[in-house]
Amino acid sequence: MTSEPIIEAHSLTKRFTVKKKTVEAVTDLTFQVERGALVAFLGPNGAGKSTSLRMLTTLMPPTSGTARVVGHDILKQPAAVRSSIGYVGQLTSGSFAQRVRDELLSQGAFYGMSAAASRTRADELIESLDLAPFATRSVQQLSGGQKRRLDIALGLMHAPPLLFLDEPSTGLDPQSRANLWQHILDLRTEHGTTVFLTTHYLEEADRYAERVMVMDKGRVIADDTATRLKSHLAGDLLTLSFATTADADAAIAVVQTLTDREVARDGQASVTLTAPDGDALLPAAVRALDAAGLRVDRATGVPPTLDDVFLALTGRTLREAGEGEPSDEHQDENTQPAAAAEKTGVQR
Amino acid sequence: MSATETDTAVKSTPTRDTWNVLRRELKPVIRDPFTLIFSLVQPLVFLGLFAPLLVGSSGRPVGETLQWFVPGVLVMIVLFGTGAVGSNLQYEMMTGSHERTLVAPLSRSSLLVGRALKEIAPIVVQALIIVLIAWPFGFTIHAPGLVIGLALLAVFGIGLGSLSYSLALATKDREWLFWGVQQTLIFPLLILSGMLLPLDEGPGWMRAVAVVNPINWVVQAERMLFAGDLGSVTVLWGWVAALALAAVGLWVGIRSMRRSS
Repeated sequence: MTSEPIIEAHSLTKRFTVKKKTVEAVTDLTFQVERGALVAFLGPNGAGKSTSLRMLTTLMPPTSGTARVVGHDILKQPAAVRSSIGYVGQLTSGSFAQRVRDELLSQGAFYGMSAAASRTRADELIESLDLAPFATRSVQQLSGGQKRRLDIALGLMHAPPLLFLDEPSTGLDPQSRANLWQHILDLRTEHGTTVFLTTHYLEEADRYAERVMVMDKGRVIADDTATRLKSHLAGDLLTLSFATTADADAAIAVVQTLTDREVARDGQASVTLTAPDGDALLPAAVRALDAAGLRVDRATGVPPTLDDVFLALTGRTLREAGEGEPSDEHQDENTQPAAAAEKTGVQR
Repeated sequence: MSATETDTAVKSTPTRDTWNVLRRELKPVIRDPFTLIFSLVQPLVFLGLFAPLLVGSSGRPVGETLQWFVPGVLVMIVLFGTGAVGSNLQYEMMTGSHERTLVAPLSRSSLLVGRALKEIAPIVVQALIIVLIAWPFGFTIHAPGLVIGLALLAVFGIGLGSLSYSLALATKDREWLFWGVQQTLIFPLLILSGMLLPLDEGPGWMRAVAVVNPINWVVQAERMLFAGDLGSVTVLWGWVAALALAAVGLWVGIRSMRRSS
């Protein structure tokens, strides 16, 4: 049981019919997630991240395919799936009319916790998520960051072994984002919670996730650690500058002997190349050039970002991809449940 | 995490879930009971400004006029108050908390029934306040009639509230559509129920429509009950209308809730 993956998705596919046109939001999604992992779905708006999450959390039935989540089938045992997961959606989990502590207690009752257990747990979460000063305020009165912390608290009320977060840091200021991430990371260290999130912030996936699944147009196009994705698909950008263009021209041949990646002039008296393991290649190149009598004036190595990875995978930057999608998730963001429900309705 | 943790899957029982949803819905009311009183402004305006006109035009004494008018005002409270509760759900659908409850292990029916049952609380409190306000002006209170009358209002409210929630589930994020449909229905229903003015003087077609308007039956039954005439056939028809509305409302509402997720 312990070795069984906490998420197993098999060929999950979701098609919507919008204005008599069939749109495939998610195509043939197959993956597994091990217990305790921190996994990020990275992709532009409209890539199918949220739709995937909605299928895994039983909010939306797949058109075809299936999945087991915490050992339960999402189609045959939706109630069992629901009781074993925590979910933090894109919007606000707390009702605006309710008070913070009241919502936590209601949430405990919804998950079958006793009144006493709910009170203890609510106070614990109020304490650890710094909600104490607002516990008796209504959700409406909270700031964006405070609302988000309450969302997390609500998702954790029943101490689920698996927590889904749909774009948890969208709309937060940098400080609230860092704060939120600290809470998520603490959670893993203390309780071993598996965390599965979607984000379109590449630096976020890069910095916190152990495993990144890059999604584009409804498909997972890459699945690896951030580090490996970067070194395999993008590599470090190395630039070597010389005193004269003649030196730079001469340098190309020398550097080319050290790597199979293409070495090129970049217009001025410099040469550039993109290569994995650039940290080791750079000093080697400088030594070889010295030995050849070519003096390197400046040498820089810039590590790749996930944006570079996305560019290498799709030929587009994340930003372009997001802007290029007409029917994207971002538009749905304000009307997510309704819009999604509408789509399901049409599809049936 | 250990295997035992995954096996503690919550058994979803509709009764317990409904109770939990109901308790959650009542929390804002208990925390802020004054909201109930503020929403009484409209019926009080009708009581204070419309009743004197009725007294004037009918030439009957105030007490007698109130005896006829107050039961209608009570039904009006339900019509306007409970008829609008769908907008609360619509707001929760748009802000996200409805989605959270859909991911919780709650039976879908409980999300509707718990909300509909909550309507009993504001209906009873508001009706009692109106009755107490009318009392010193010559309105007579018959205790058994009052109790049965409130119960009838509650059943009527459960049905109307369920329909209002169904409308919210159907119109999703289109608030204009919710209010458009709600207002389009509520005023004809109000006038064709004989709530404010007697329909006896109206044209034949109006009286014909009123016959099939369940709210008309509820209004007439309430008048009988508040007059202390508990055994009247009109009371029976009022109950039939209210129970039928509740049954249809709950059926449509539960269906909409199941379909919404």
